[in-house]
Amino acid sequence: MSEYIIKNGHVFDPVQGIKGDKKDISIKDGKIVDKVSSSAKVIDAKDKTVMAGAVEIHAHIAGPKVNLGRIYRPEDKLFSCTPTHGMERMGGGASIPTTFKTGYEYAKMGYTTAMEAAMPPLFSRHVHEEIRDTPIIDEGAFPVFGNNWFVMEYLKNHEIENTAAYCAWLLRATKGYAIKIVNPGGTEAWGWGLNCLSIHDPVPYFDITPAEIIKGLIEANEYLGLPHSMHIHPNNLGNPGCYETTLDTLKLAEGFKTKNKFGREQVMHLTHTQFHSYKGTNWGDFESGAKEVTDYVNKNKNITIDTGNVTLDETTTMTADGPFEHHLCGLNHLKWANVDVELETAAGVVPYIYSPNISVCAIQWAIGLEIPLMMKDPMRCYITTDHPNAGPFTRYPRVIKWLMSKKARDAQVNAFKHKDKVLSQTSIGSLDREISLYELAQMTRAGPAKSLGLSAMCGGLKPGMDADVAVYNFNPDKPVANPDDIETAFSRCAAVFKSGIQVVSNGEIVSTGNKRTLWVDVHVKDNPQVMRDINEKFVKFYSMTQNNYEALGHHFVPNPYALEVDATQA
Amino acid sequence: METVTITMKNAPALYLEADNVSPDAFAGKTAAQIAELSVHEGNTTSTLGKYFEVIGNAGATAADTKIVVKGDVKKVKYLGFKMTAGELVIEGSTDLYVGAWMKGGKILAKGNIEAFAATAMKGGELIVEGNAGNYLGAAYRGDWRGMSGGKILVKGNAGSDIGMYMTGGEIIVNGNIDVHALTHAEGGRLVVKGNAKSKVGGQMIDGEIIIFGSIDTMMPGFKPVSEAELEVDGAKAKFSHFIGDMGERHKKRKGQIVYGNLYKKI
Repeated sequence: MSEYIIKNGHVFDPVQGIKGDKKDISIKDGKIVDKVSSSAKVIDAKDKTVMAGAVEIHAHIAGPKVNLGRIYRPEDKLFSCTPTHGMERMGGGASIPTTFKTGYEYAKMGYTTAMEAAMPPLFSRHVHEEIRDTPIIDEGAFPVFGNNWFVMEYLKNHEIENTAAYCAWLLRATKGYAIKIVNPGGTEAWGWGLNCLSIHDPVPYFDITPAEIIKGLIEANEYLGLPHSMHIHPNNLGNPGCYETTLDTLKLAEGFKTKNKFGREQVMHLTHTQFHSYKGTNWGDFESGAKEVTDYVNKNKNITIDTGNVTLDETTTMTADGPFEHHLCGLNHLKWANVDVELETAAGVVPYIYSPNISVCAIQWAIGLEIPLMMKDPMRCYITTDHPNAGPFTRYPRVIKWLMSKKARDAQVNAFKHKDKVLSQTSIGSLDREISLYELAQMTRAGPAKSLGLSAMCGGLKPGMDADVAVYNFNPDKPVANPDDIETAFSRCAAVFKSGIQVVSNGEIVSTGNKRTLWVDVHVKDNPQVMRDINEKFVKFYSMTQNNYEALGHHFVPNPYALEVDATQA
Repeated sequence: METVTITMKNAPALYLEADNVSPDAFAGKTAAQIAELSVHEGNTTSTLGKYFEVIGNAGATAADTKIVVKGDVKKVKYLGFKMTAGELVIEGSTDLYVGAWMKGGKILAKGNIEAFAATAMKGGELIVEGNAGNYLGAAYRGDWRGMSGGKILVKGNAGSDIGMYMTGGEIIVNGNIDVHALTHAEGGRLVVKGNAKSKVGGQMIDGEIIIFGSIDTMMPGFKPVSEAELEVDGAKAKFSHFIGDMGERHKKRKGQIVYGNLYKKI
């Protein structure tokens, strides 16, 4: 493999504590190295910003619900198609881009790793076919466990070892990366026309509460010592007053400690925090609960969060929180699609327009920005848009602009139709903090990589790590004349390297790289009971046989990268 | 106003997507520059001049530009696409998407036009002297935002699914229409001087349909309420008044529930 040296750039690397110093970054055989030979290809990064490749911790970019969105929203592709050019195949879609466009867009913004946040286990083959067709970026997928019949039956009796053995089996069968929970119990309850809006609402038939599911899966996660923590979308998403449910959920992590060899420190990751930080009793007195939620997270170091920033776009919401999507359809009367996934989960899809002329949308926008601005430790708060739920991931440069520039935030606040309401219901107007480039690198690289247990591999520029490097046309020595320059700079990289291969040059794709599928291979003690239960459920309930269930082989996972975990001694 | 005349001289083998034939794209250009505008035939992009002879320079703005399209353009799509001002006259019959996403100006089609004309139209005027195809003034596939403004007059017949998801504006058809008119409409007005088939106003929430002729089969979701005398297009007549679609949600305006209104001449 060739050698590169990225010369004279301003390097921001939280892993080594480098805060904009002029440094050369050397790349050899896919890794960052101390030195390269004089024949190394030189990339001039003078007056440019150099960071590790960014890491996406939560996005919906592959699988059946994403594809359902593509199928039932042909209008999302209207006027957003790009024809074949250069290395790029044709692509289309604004909020739910095609797989190829997804890979290209992430790479052009300097992202080299991304996690699909909700994989229905039964459809893991579909998820992996889409991951395979998404070029360049390394991807993993989180299977959902929060409404799974096995999990609920084991945890009802607090059988942690059995739950862990089942999780290990499912991660291997689906080539999954982490334990994801979506509206624990609530999605299953919806099969009975009900929901779980608090952590103590019992799930019908299973007679277990969301709190028991959440605590049990934290225990199982730590029993196994997985790279990532339990990753949760709590109950009661998106309703005024939901911040109380969020705090109740976060408190369940109290007393738990991590046990893993991947450098991860948290036991719970709270996702799209914006959707879970609402105060008020209805849409009229709706207000921000960002302070209450971030105050708690600031004090409790065993939790990490991501933001879920509203970008004020027309988008397509999609979640395994089936009851929520039905509720949303009742609010906006747009088309609704729903899927039930047998013993495991469900999903719903509804288009949504975050209009700057609607006060609720503008307040949601403000809450999404308050959260990272109120979080004291950028290593524990990561930027997401919960793509495509709060906005498309292609808007990250705009979110970065709002976070880095008070002037840009003020301009947006002034452009809102209900400006006064935004200022009275949130504290966005009084937050003067501007995120620095170093903090940005923490929030988009080192932080999410650490939370995912990938800190030895990506998210930094330390010799020995994978050579994932992004070079931005942004000179940190020069004052920002116009905040829009920030957005432009972070939209299209000058150069991007993925595992030592240059994939982007001057904002254009120059290689489709060496894309890998990240998954977690956990070895547990033999557990005949769990194996028998799995066999029994397939025979009695599943619509397919166990032989057709596993995502296996070159067709589904052509270039796997397994993180090995030994839990046989647990 | 300056006039640009484009005449088909080399007919395309495949269908031609001529989305640059609009006063907006022509404005400020000479005949030679207009001939250089792009068109698409199949997967090949070439120039307007390859197919059309272009005579005359455009005006400085779209409003100052009139385009006359001559020759056989039955295999040409997207004439008047996204136009905002000016005039377009199509002397013969043409294919899909005439005046699609138009916001202003005036299109006169002297022959027949095919489906998806005036898709999601926001303003302006489309006059068709022949027949119009299906999905006239409808929303784009999958979209819920149909025609919201402007006026369409069809002197002949129109096809099926016209005014789907319409929210405003007016469609007048002097002849007959096919099935599914104003499906899912939330506003706007459709006048049919001839006959309609079935599924008129299905899932309609708001808006107005006036039928002078017959309706093959009424939707069961429409409820007769009264008789009314209306003056439509200068002619006075007596109509039966129906409201619907009763199977749908309906909004309230000033405390009153708003329904779609269907008037059928007695």
